[in-house]
Amino acid sequence: MGLPMSKGEIVAGCLAPHPPHLVYAENPEQNEPTAEGGWEQLRWGYERLRASLADVEYDAIVLLSPHWQTYIGTHFLGLPSFKSLSVDPVFPNLFRYHYDLNIDVELSRQIHDRAHEAGLAVKMMENPDFRVDYGTITTGHMFNPAWDKPLVVVSSNRSRDYYSVEVMQEMMMELGRVTREAILASGKKVVVLASNSLSHRHFTTESAIPEDMSKEHITSHAMHLWDMRMIEYFRSGQAQRILDEMPEFTEQAIAESDGGGLSWLLSTLDIPKYPGILHGYGTIIGTGNAIVEWPERLHTEASE
Amino acid sequence: MSTGELVGSYIVPVHPHTVLAADQNEGWARLRDAFGEAAQRIKDSEADLLIIYSTTWPSIIGHQIIADPNPEWVMVDHDFHDLGSIPYSFNIDEQFAHAWNKANQKRGLKSRTVAYHGFPIDVGSVVALKLLNPDNAIPAVIVSSNVYANRAETTVLSKACMDVVRATGRKAVAVTAMSLSNRMFTKHIDPKDDKIHSLKDDEWNRKILEFLSEGRLEDVGQLSRTIHQQIRVNKVVAFKPMWWLSGMNQNRNNLTGEVLAYEAVHGAGAAVVHLDPAESGAGDKEYDEDDVEYFAGERNVLDAQETVDDVSEEASKLRSVETNGPELWEPTDKGESVNSQAAPKPVGAYPHARRVGDLLYLSGVGPRQPGTNAIPGGPIHDSDGVALDYDIKAQTHAVVENITRILEEAGGSIEDVLDVTSFLVDMDRDFKGYNEVWAETLGHVGPTRTTLAIRALPTPIAVEMKVIAKAPSLE
Repeated sequence: MGLPMSKGEIVAGCLAPHPPHLVYAENPEQNEPTAEGGWEQLRWGYERLRASLADVEYDAIVLLSPHWQTYIGTHFLGLPSFKSLSVDPVFPNLFRYHYDLNIDVELSRQIHDRAHEAGLAVKMMENPDFRVDYGTITTGHMFNPAWDKPLVVVSSNRSRDYYSVEVMQEMMMELGRVTREAILASGKKVVVLASNSLSHRHFTTESAIPEDMSKEHITSHAMHLWDMRMIEYFRSGQAQRILDEMPEFTEQAIAESDGGGLSWLLSTLDIPKYPGILHGYGTIIGTGNAIVEWPERLHTEASE
Repeated sequence: MSTGELVGSYIVPVHPHTVLAADQNEGWARLRDAFGEAAQRIKDSEADLLIIYSTTWPSIIGHQIIADPNPEWVMVDHDFHDLGSIPYSFNIDEQFAHAWNKANQKRGLKSRTVAYHGFPIDVGSVVALKLLNPDNAIPAVIVSSNVYANRAETTVLSKACMDVVRATGRKAVAVTAMSLSNRMFTKHIDPKDDKIHSLKDDEWNRKILEFLSEGRLEDVGQLSRTIHQQIRVNKVVAFKPMWWLSGMNQNRNNLTGEVLAYEAVHGAGAAVVHLDPAESGAGDKEYDEDDVEYFAGERNVLDAQETVDDVSEEASKLRSVETNGPELWEPTDKGESVNSQAAPKPVGAYPHARRVGDLLYLSGVGPRQPGTNAIPGGPIHDSDGVALDYDIKAQTHAVVENITRILEEAGGSIEDVLDVTSFLVDMDRDFKGYNEVWAETLGHVGPTRTTLAIRALPTPIAVEMKVIAKAPSLE
């Protein structure tokens, strides 16, 4: 790709959804509500993902969350640490999490600068009172509950809302390209996480016991078919087909890929042709969620 | 004895510029001044409750209502974090919040209160309360905007709110925190370069404001879907606050409107608008969308069997209140009887009216609606006799409308009414509201009138009128 030689590496890219129900069900000490379990298929999926990377060394996690929604370009957390209480405005009964996380400001700045040079609207977020969104925290916790790796947190530019899925994808492909360049140039080993669900039609009622799994299922057969179609592409190394079908998938499955995370992830991974590893699939309040790992470290040709 | 009412409505913009950066742009400063003018008007109205419906607080599980009596935090906008932070400490009326929540559920809505430390009050609500209620003198309540709610659900939300306003005797102000056109510039701009994003957005905004300045709130409500398609970026919440605000104002189209400011905030249309409930003098327009009293929509997907039954049973029970009472009869047709398909069926063997010489004698007319038998403003008790809150003004309006239909069936009009005997089941509670509607309607016609307090009427209604009218010429 004409890049300078460096030791930077993307060890893995993952689709890592963020419904707060997963943290709620885990009962970590940081979260105030307590649960009687629930959503085990997905939580076991996260266990498998963590196990897959347990022996892999890496320096930082780069994460794009659709719940830090920005309309004026893409933003990056730009201070070394953030510590506060995150309360989900939609499910406050489930998620009131005391977080304390560190940011790799250097890598954030490097991606920011390359994006700026590429003509994308970008901004560093340097207000110490800023509260980190619950999507970032949920994915951050489920992927790395020890919180012992610094993060780069990337906002979700809502260009799909302003223009179209096609324009969103075009911008996210460019952001992914510069993200990859910045990581490879940084000399760091990095895991890249796109924090989004697949089909994203919610139930609008909630069980008296939110973790009552007898009530959990996909909202419709059509959503299931779309989710399975995407998963088949994940598992068979057909990333380009995912991108090709992104407009139809996003619109017909009301998919959370509208936030750009999945397109950005696949671009950051240079549109992988090798199979992704499906660690888990399950529904959360009717939405479809898959935990998928693209182990780029095992497919070095992808980064050469 | 007091009856609650809405003493004013305001539309205000959501972005933090008016709080944090009003000095950076003349338009933002004018918006800030308009907020100040609105705050003074609210104070002068002696309002004792601010009700905020915010488009920047989306919800999924029905509607959520802040019930923390003193939420405190520091708000930073997701986009405009470089403008600074807004510390807040608000005075929330938790009792009203809980009562509204119950009223929502009673009308078939999914609803819950939120009272968690650290709950993130949304930017629209923070801006509204900071600038409309800077000293926290007036207790407030904040409701979310449901992502999936349609017009019916949003209208019922407003009706449930007004149930509580009336039942608690509050003087309330309704506020929608919202943009008009919401398309912002997608790149950073110098504050001095701010303008409405496009000419098309500006033209639509001005048309909306023209309607509002004429007090035509319901017209804007009925145009909401079109407005959303034309000038709204499809963020999570559609242009539905006008549904709520119109519902809060009984879907009226003859309010007194005033645009206090209209400016751009990073390209979006930002306006401060005051809608006074005083009649503007314009004729009220036809209300041509379905009016919904109870919501029995699709809030039952998850808990399929159980919840469908629960919701349906509750809604059915509530609806049945409207039909509880004696059996309905077909009107009799002896002599020169006058009967109308557009009037509610009698509860006994009698006609709607009977002509004798030059006079028309109408049977007692109540507010029940023809066809559905529904009672505008709600029944006064349920089928078990449990008292319910109701709206005497809505009932009185409906009575006058039924009288009009019968007279028009006879070939006359409401202008022919000569003498009225009115019956109220609760004179202390209802005379004021009944009398106001009278003044707006039959008061202009000028019939003689006698108002009596009685113990009960055959159906669960609060008002009935017995009318003698001039009969139209038979020639």
